[in-house]
Amino acid sequence: MISVYYFGAIALILIGLYAILIKRNLLKILVGLSIMETGVNLLLISIGYVSGKSAPILSEGIGPSQAVDPIPQALVLTAIVIGVATTAMALSVAILIYEKYGTLNVEEIRRLRG
Amino acid sequence: MVVKRALAIITLLVIGYWLAVGLSQVPFGEDKMLIGQYYLNNVKDQTGAVNAVTAVVVNYRGFDTLGEVTVLFIASTGVGALLWKRKRKRTAKTEGSIVLTTGTRLLFPFVMLFGAYIFIHGHLTPGGGFPGGATVATAFLLLYLAYTAYEIPHRGFEVTEGLAGMGYVTVGLIGLAIGGYFLFDWIWQTWQFGTDNIGRLLSGGFIPIIYTIIGIKVGTELSGIIDNMVKEEVSE
Repeated sequence: MISVYYFGAIALILIGLYAILIKRNLLKILVGLSIMETGVNLLLISIGYVSGKSAPILSEGIGPSQAVDPIPQALVLTAIVIGVATTAMALSVAILIYEKYGTLNVEEIRRLRG
Repeated sequence: MVVKRALAIITLLVIGYWLAVGLSQVPFGEDKMLIGQYYLNNVKDQTGAVNAVTAVVVNYRGFDTLGEVTVLFIASTGVGALLWKRKRKRTAKTEGSIVLTTGTRLLFPFVMLFGAYIFIHGHLTPGGGFPGGATVATAFLLLYLAYTAYEIPHRGFEVTEGLAGMGYVTVGLIGLAIGGYFLFDWIWQTWQFGTDNIGRLLSGGFIPIIYTIIGIKVGTELSGIIDNMVKEEVSE
């Protein structure tokens, strides 16, 4: 039986993918990409979760045996930063495309037609 | 259009089924830790940090984080290169309302302070250099929103960014000289600094230092990206 957290993550990934496949506005495609990223991050975090344990900050009352896996959280921290970087790059490409073609519709932009 | 949408939905269903089948083998909430448990058991002795996530990011995988900072730097440079035009100015015409300007004047120092708090306490609380730097950048975004003529001091920001990048490598190279490998935690391993202080501010080896450097670097880089994006080309 698949957990509800995995289900939510898969749903987010699919919603993002749907936007990438169907939408024609470049900005909406980028929003879809971001939603997909969020889904992947949620999936990683929920794989690392251990029920009944708390965040991996070893303060009062939380020993090494009462904390969840720190590695997926560290990886997601990395993934978020890379996501910000790629989103910024993609947005500046979108700004350039808008300056050149005067539109963000991917079907009206000549070179992207296919 | 209908055909395209139907095909897309079929593709999504196939991918979703495939993901669900794969994940049904992975039990939720069970202890699957292998190396994670090792990190949790040894994090206090080996790094002096309380927050295991930070220790993994900066200490055990410090070289990785250097690459991450590099990726962010390349993205920031790339945005600048893509949007580079000879004449670019801010063309915003409406000044922020009095609520926005007064709020900005009031909140700006506190947002900066909160960002600094997040990256200085990276080894104790959730957070660290990247979220702290992003918070600092939002303070500058607030200034951009409120004042039409505002621009970040470019020269100072570029110098700060370069110095922060070199600072990270320098800390790593000092580790190379003292301990024998790049990004060796010399403050903790060699000097034993803060051993009886774990859980307080002055502990955690070089993690607070590196996270402060990362926070400054991320803050200046994201501010630079914001600056590049709000400017528009003006004809002379």
